[in-house]
Amino acid sequence: MGVLIKNGRVIDPSQSLDMISDVYVQRDRVKEISKRIDTPRKSDTVIDASGQVVAPGLVDIHVHLREPGYEHKETIKTGCLAAAAGGFTSIVCMPNTNPINDNASVTEYILLKARTEGIVNVFPIGAITKGEKGNELADIGEMCEAGCVAISDDGMPVTNSGLMRKAMEYVRPFGIPVITHAEDMGLSAGGVMNESFVSTELGLRGIPSASEEAGIGRDIILCELTGTPLHICHVSTKGSVRLVREAKKRGAKVTAEATPHHFTLTDKEVYGYNTNAKMNPPLRTQEDVDAIIEGIADGTIDVIATDHAPHSQDEKNVEFDLAPFGIVGLETALSLSLELVEKEIITLNEMIKKLTVVPSEIVGIERGTLAPGSIADLVVFDPGKSRTINSGEFFSKSRNTPFAGWELKGVVSNTIVSGKIVFSRN
Amino acid sequence: MAFDKKHILGLGELSAEEIKIILDTAESMKEISTRDVKKVPTLKGKTVVNLFFEPSTRTRSSFEIAEKRLSADVLNFSASQSSVVKGESLVDTARNFEAMGASIMVIRHGMSGAPFVLARQISASVINAGDGSHEHPSQALIDIFTIREKKGRIEGLNVLIVGDILNSRVARSNIFGLRKLGANVRIVGPATIVPEYFSEMGTEIFYSLEHAIENVDVVIMLRVQSERKTLEYFPSLREYSGLYGLTREKLKLAKKDVIVMHPGPINRGVELTSEIADDPGAVILEQVANGIAVRMAMIYLVALGEGL
Repeated sequence: MGVLIKNGRVIDPSQSLDMISDVYVQRDRVKEISKRIDTPRKSDTVIDASGQVVAPGLVDIHVHLREPGYEHKETIKTGCLAAAAGGFTSIVCMPNTNPINDNASVTEYILLKARTEGIVNVFPIGAITKGEKGNELADIGEMCEAGCVAISDDGMPVTNSGLMRKAMEYVRPFGIPVITHAEDMGLSAGGVMNESFVSTELGLRGIPSASEEAGIGRDIILCELTGTPLHICHVSTKGSVRLVREAKKRGAKVTAEATPHHFTLTDKEVYGYNTNAKMNPPLRTQEDVDAIIEGIADGTIDVIATDHAPHSQDEKNVEFDLAPFGIVGLETALSLSLELVEKEIITLNEMIKKLTVVPSEIVGIERGTLAPGSIADLVVFDPGKSRTINSGEFFSKSRNTPFAGWELKGVVSNTIVSGKIVFSRN
Repeated sequence: MAFDKKHILGLGELSAEEIKIILDTAESMKEISTRDVKKVPTLKGKTVVNLFFEPSTRTRSSFEIAEKRLSADVLNFSASQSSVVKGESLVDTARNFEAMGASIMVIRHGMSGAPFVLARQISASVINAGDGSHEHPSQALIDIFTIREKKGRIEGLNVLIVGDILNSRVARSNIFGLRKLGANVRIVGPATIVPEYFSEMGTEIFYSLEHAIENVDVVIMLRVQSERKTLEYFPSLREYSGLYGLTREKLKLAKKDVIVMHPGPINRGVELTSEIADDPGAVILEQVANGIAVRMAMIYLVALGEGL
C-alpha cells in the first residue's frame, strides 16, 4: 500500500528542492522523489497533483485544542480535523486546558486522545508553572519525558522574573525551548484592544505596544542570561520586531512567530465592537503590520503560527469587554500566508519553510521534511485556486474568525499523515 | 432631509444634519413642557423599555418622563433586580422584553459598545443612554442644545471640556457632536486622563486650566468619577481640585459671557466651587430641564423612523 503523487511542484525547503516531480510514499515513509515514477503496485493510490504544490505537511506550533476541559469550544478530534483541512499535519498545543497541562498525566491524556481520535500529529506543550499561576515550577522534567516538546505559560506570562529565570535554567538540560507569550501585565491590565486612536474613539481600554515590548525585552535578556532557546509567540508590534532583530544580531538563541491575523489586519477591525477582532496580543496599526511583514521578509520572524483559539458563538456574542480573546486560524492560515507570496514579500519556498521545517526545528520534532526515509506527512494544495471563506463549513467546532466572507486563494486538496490520506477535497 | 436612523447609538454615527434635526425637534418638544397638560399622544400603545445595567438617577428619570410625555407605556429594568445576576446574557434579556412587545429600548450599560451588540441582534430600536467610556449621546445633545439656546449658534464657539476625558462618555459624545457642528473644542486635565490620541479627534489639548480657559465661550466640567477608578490617574482629589477645579479667578480668564455646564451629579468643591455652581452663568439646572425635551426628540425620531 502506497501513495503516488504525480506531476506536482514539489517544494521542500529542508532539501532546497523545488521542481515538478513525482513523490512516492510507501507505508508511513517517503520512499522516493523523482521526475517520473510509475505506479509500482495496483493497491497504490494515485493523486494527480498537476498544477498543485506538494510540500511537507504544515506544522503549527501555536494551537489551543481546548481538550481537556473546554470541549464545547474544540476537542482534540475537531482541532485535528481543522488542522488537516488547513493542510497542517502536526500541531503543537498550548497547556491552558482544564486541568492545565502541568503534569505528565495530563500530557499522557492528551497524547492518548490524539492517538485514538486525532487524524494529525499532536505535540503538547507543558506549563512552566503549576496551574499557570506563576508561583512554582510545574513538573517540567516528567512532562518532557511524557512527550512535551516545549514549555510555556501562554496567555499567563510568568510575572516573577526570578522564577522565569529559574524555569529557563531548569529546562535547559532537557533540550526543549521556552515559548513565551510576552506581556507586562501591569501595562496591559484591563485592556481589551490595541491602545490607539481606535480604542480612544471606542472608549475601550487599550493594551499599549509597550506591554508586549517590555515583556519581550525581559525574556530576551533572560534568554541571554541562561542560554536557553527562547521562542517568542505572536509578535504584534513594530518595536517587538526591532527587539527580536537586535537580539538575533547579538547572537541570542531567539526565534519568533507571527500570526496571519497580525500580518493581515489592523485594529480598525474592532470598529462596531467586533468580538471576532478581539485577541491577545491585539490587532495593531498599519505601521505595525508593515513592520511584521518586513520582519517576515528579512527573516526576523522565523515562523508563521496561527494561535488557533476557538471560542463558542455564545461566548463571543456578548459585550466586547466580556468576550474572550482569540480567533480560530487553522483553516485560513495557508491562504493568508499565500497572500504574502502573491504580494511578493516572500517566495513560495520561504513561506513553506516558515510553515514546515523551521517550526519543526524550533520544537525539535522530526517533521517538516520530505527527505527520503522521513515520515510521510505531506500537503497537496492549489495555490492559485480561489475560495470564499465560509466559517459555517469549518471543521473546527468554533467559527470565531474575522475572515468570514473573504475571497482568498489556496485550496488544500490532500493532507497525508504518516502515509495515510487523512483529508481530501476536490 | 428626514431622520431615518433606526437607532441612536452615538454622535460619532450621526451626521451634522441629523444632529440638527434632533436639536430642532427638541425645541418643539420643549414647548410641550410649557403647557398645562404636558403630554401628547404620539407614542400611545408603544412600549419603551429602560434597560439600566448601571445605576443612574437622573438619566433614567429623565428618559422616563420623556417617554411618559409622549404617552408610551414604560417598563423600567435595572440589573440589580434582574436575571442578569443569574447569568442571563444581555441579548437574551433584551429579547424577553421584545417578546413582551417593546419596540424601543433605552440602554445604559457599564461596558463600551453594549448598545451596538443589542442593535445588531434585536429588531427593536436602540437608544444609547450611556455605554462604558464610549458615548452618552443624550447628555451631549442636551449640552449642545443648551449651548445653542444660550449662544444662538455652535459654529465658531470655543468650548472647553475639563477633567477625566479618557474615561468620560460625555466627553466623547460632546467632542463628536461639537466638532461636527463646527465648534473649536479644547480639552484639559491631568496628562494621564487626557491622552494625545484625542488630538486626532480634532481637539486641542491643554494641561493647564488657566491657559485652556482663555477666551472660551463654554466650559463643560466633567464629574470626577471615583467609581471608575479615576483616582489611580492622579494623586488625590485635593491636588486635582487645586489644578483643575473651577474657581471664580480662573473663570475670569474666559469670555465675559461664558457659560458653565456640568452633566451632574456635581461634587461640590472638587470640580467646581459652590459659588460657581450657583452662579447665574451656570446652566446646570437648565441642562436638566432641557434633558426631557431632548430625550423626547430622540425617542420620537426613532419611533418615527419605524413608522411610529
